[in-house]
Amino acid sequence: MASAEHKHPNYMAIFWYLAILTVVEIAVIYAPLAKLTIGVLLCALALGKAVLVAMYFMHLRFETRTLGMVAITPLAIATLLVFLLLPDGFAVAKRTTGAKAAVSAPAKP
Amino acid sequence: MSAASVHSAIEPAETPLTPESWGKLGMWIFLAGDAVGFGTLLAGYGAMRATSADWPSPYEVLGINLTALMTFLLICSSVTMVKGLEWLGKGDRSKCKMFLFLTALGGAIFVSLQAYEWTHLIHRGLHINGNPWGASLFGTTFFLVTGFHGLHVTGGVIYLLAILRYVANRPEPRASYNAVEIVGLYWHFVDLVWIMVFTFMYLI
Repeated sequence: MASAEHKHPNYMAIFWYLAILTVVEIAVIYAPLAKLTIGVLLCALALGKAVLVAMYFMHLRFETRTLGMVAITPLAIATLLVFLLLPDGFAVAKRTTGAKAAVSAPAKP
Repeated sequence: MSAASVHSAIEPAETPLTPESWGKLGMWIFLAGDAVGFGTLLAGYGAMRATSADWPSPYEVLGINLTALMTFLLICSSVTMVKGLEWLGKGDRSKCKMFLFLTALGGAIFVSLQAYEWTHLIHRGLHINGNPWGASLFGTTFFLVTGFHGLHVTGGVIYLLAILRYVANRPEPRASYNAVEIVGLYWHFVDLVWIMVFTFMYLI
């Protein structure tokens, strides 16, 4: 019987990476940076943590490549969904700036 | 009765994706589906927030001190989970049981802290249909997404305790290795989702 036990990676090292990344995340929100920069940094940090958990705690690194594809499919679907929803955000932003212009225009004369 | 037929009674055929067991593939596919559920919730949250004019700043309203502690707790419980599996692989059943129990305990404390946090926020006026800080969808999405995750943690604690009993009742420690690995997949997934929820609902 194949009791295929994986090689166990250094879990404590992964733990420290995750703990440090969490501290960095909290530091980033107080950093004197533009809101967009902070958002992008936080997304990148969260993605990094998620990759660490999936690769080492869930042993995805030691699995077949096809299983990796199964695992990454939801991320692709969610990313697609974000792009599908983006036009709505742009439309509202445009309408809001349009309304602001309309409000400020008659005040000028 | 040949060895092959005994084997085939346990595993009719091998999956090429997870040669150890079909159960593991089953869990991965379930998790992929569940991840789409969470992905949809978070994408919907983002869309509502992006199209709202008066969305409150989450970390000012919600506070992140307690939640940061909860995040840390969940990371710790992921470590005790992998340690449990590691000890079981070495054939030490009692150490495995201890670590599984610690993992379940971490999950139970997490849910308790979440209940405390919810109670606090509800007292301050955050409701599912409105709040004093701005867009009412802020409260709706907050309770929906963190609640959905909290349910997963609650289910995970029950699942872990059931597997703890399973490990205790197997005649041989290694016989439960696969079951513990599968519950581990579920538990780490719940941790992974919390990393996302913490980032998108509290920090950004």
